[in-house]
Amino acid sequence: MLYDITIDGKKYRLDLNRADGRWSCRLDGREFEIDPILTRPDVLSLRIGDLSYEVKSERVANELHLWVGSTCFAVEVRDPRSLRGRTRAGDDHGPRKITAPMPGKVVRLLVREGDEVEPGQGVVVVEAMKMQNEIKSPKKGSIQKILVSEGAAVNAGDVLAIVE
Amino acid sequence: MFKKILIANRGEIAVRVLRACHEMGIAAVAVYSEVDRGALHVRKADEAYPIGSAAATESYLNIPRILDVARRSGTDAIHPGYGFLSENAKFAQACADAGVKFIGPTAAAMEALGSKTRARQAMEKAGVPFVPGTSRGVDSIEEAEQVAARIGYPVMLKAAAGGGGKGMRLVEVPELLKSALEAARSEAERSFGDSEVYIEKAIVNPRHIEMQVFADEHGNTVYLGERECSLQRRHQKVLEEAPSPIVDPDMRRRMGETAVRVAQAANYTNAGTVEFLVDQAKNFYFLEMNTRLQVEHPVTELITGLDLVHLQIRIAAGEKLPFKQDDVRVRGHAIECRIYAEDPDNNYFPSPGKITLLQEPSGPGVRIDTGMYEGWTVPIDYDPLLAKLIGYGSDRDQAIARVTRALNECFVGGIKTNISLFRRILRDADFRAAKLDTGFLDRMVKRPEDRPADSKAAEVAAIAAGLFAALGSTEQGSGNGAGSGSRATEKEDSNWKNAGRREALR
Repeated sequence: MLYDITIDGKKYRLDLNRADGRWSCRLDGREFEIDPILTRPDVLSLRIGDLSYEVKSERVANELHLWVGSTCFAVEVRDPRSLRGRTRAGDDHGPRKITAPMPGKVVRLLVREGDEVEPGQGVVVVEAMKMQNEIKSPKKGSIQKILVSEGAAVNAGDVLAIVE
Repeated sequence: MFKKILIANRGEIAVRVLRACHEMGIAAVAVYSEVDRGALHVRKADEAYPIGSAAATESYLNIPRILDVARRSGTDAIHPGYGFLSENAKFAQACADAGVKFIGPTAAAMEALGSKTRARQAMEKAGVPFVPGTSRGVDSIEEAEQVAARIGYPVMLKAAAGGGGKGMRLVEVPELLKSALEAARSEAERSFGDSEVYIEKAIVNPRHIEMQVFADEHGNTVYLGERECSLQRRHQKVLEEAPSPIVDPDMRRRMGETAVRVAQAANYTNAGTVEFLVDQAKNFYFLEMNTRLQVEHPVTELITGLDLVHLQIRIAAGEKLPFKQDDVRVRGHAIECRIYAEDPDNNYFPSPGKITLLQEPSGPGVRIDTGMYEGWTVPIDYDPLLAKLIGYGSDRDQAIARVTRALNECFVGGIKTNISLFRRILRDADFRAAKLDTGFLDRMVKRPEDRPADSKAAEVAAIAAGLFAALGSTEQGSGNGAGSGSRATEKEDSNWKNAGRREALR
């Protein structure tokens, strides 16, 4: 099984195979001796050689986070054989979704469809726990679509607007 | 003793009080707003009553509805926790009028301490130290110079009508007093239409240290040692410890006796906390008295071996304090971390949502007072305090080591928390040297954090990412959200699949 993995902007090619209960693992061509046990969903006990790690997995606002000890990594995993998800995150070309980082209520729209925005410019104000948070545009472009209205309740990961 | 206690609160403190009730063989009645049906305090209670919608004014602050539940449930006492109605004299009075014991001070004591001017008069009579200065405006530069010379530099000029830093000037040497006074006056005139300016001794980089007191209804008042609460952000305490690293037995006795005088001057009963500002020469000045159980009460419990909620209930039931001042001993050191659902990468903005994975710490010297559980959705409507992690050791270094170890065991998945902030505090050289003041945290978070990228851990994460994908553990996305029914089913499916895959892995 081949995986293209991106961690904090750095790309890795991982080749995992399992035969007769034993795993073989090559990361960017280097061989690792691994012994994994999924102790429960989202918690992996992983021996690499004789070193022991507990890795925890969570999704926060549609981002996959893996925790190795107390260090958190934002991770993207792609199967290179599949065409799905080939668009690269961090890519400035093409439309980008602006999503709610937390559940809350839309209290204000700061732009209208068709407006030009700069990277970091506020697009929507979401209120949660009595605090207001400006959700910003990830890139320069124009607001192609706004999918929420003032007063709307949103969940973490909901698409608020699309910037092209 | 009471048979049934209503807990007029939610979250970790409701669970904390509920546990004390059960330990004492008392039935616990929970109340909840409509978004808290699934909250831990409802799950653990003996009886639970809905009291209204999410807005606190419609539920946890609604006195008639809470008293109605007290009547219907046959409650004989109400514990208010902290926040909400805990310092509301009207509520304490309404309880008394309804024939239900309010577990806390009387309405009269709350009112006496609530009014700043009345409190100050009573306290000055009792010999309680305030920040030295004039309580009214100075008329001339000559008068200002005399006052400043008497109280000593540095001094702070403050607008009598002021607030928000307007009309305030710090003066460090006498030569600058005249120009600063003129500037403060004109700024006060412009901002508030009132040029009256008074002088106080400037407390530079103060510590915030508070003293726990307890008074029974038979005239006995004791102090139970101090808590160091200097680590704050936006006037919100973040980490507390007891004892304070700078307080020695003599200072503890002096602060404690002062706190007892404050309580007695107000005819105070039950648990209370007297807050002090402490300057660099260890002079302490009365700030205010909190007429409730504090969030950070567990650190006092750990170093005194007392259970403050048990004591509150026993005193409210009319019992005498079961010990004398001389019996109170401070032993070891305790540190509390307030774990909030907030995002450290986004200016500590609240981050509610569903907890998809929860690993709570345990082991020697670790206590966790919690209101959360795995699968619970943290509502957006209330204070984002999830739990308090408290570590105890025989000395401060061991307590730091314990809390650090416990934080590494602690994992709250699916939402963002401030756990990483505590790791940073606990390894900070100044924190370890106990060089604390109320500006510490703001200075610390402004400094860039230099943590070298860990390429080895990143490789481990890369391998684990592939394994999670291969084992199907994350594909279903234990995604965050409102936890709708369909999502729950999906998740159940994936758990079955995971169980199957786990079997296959053996």
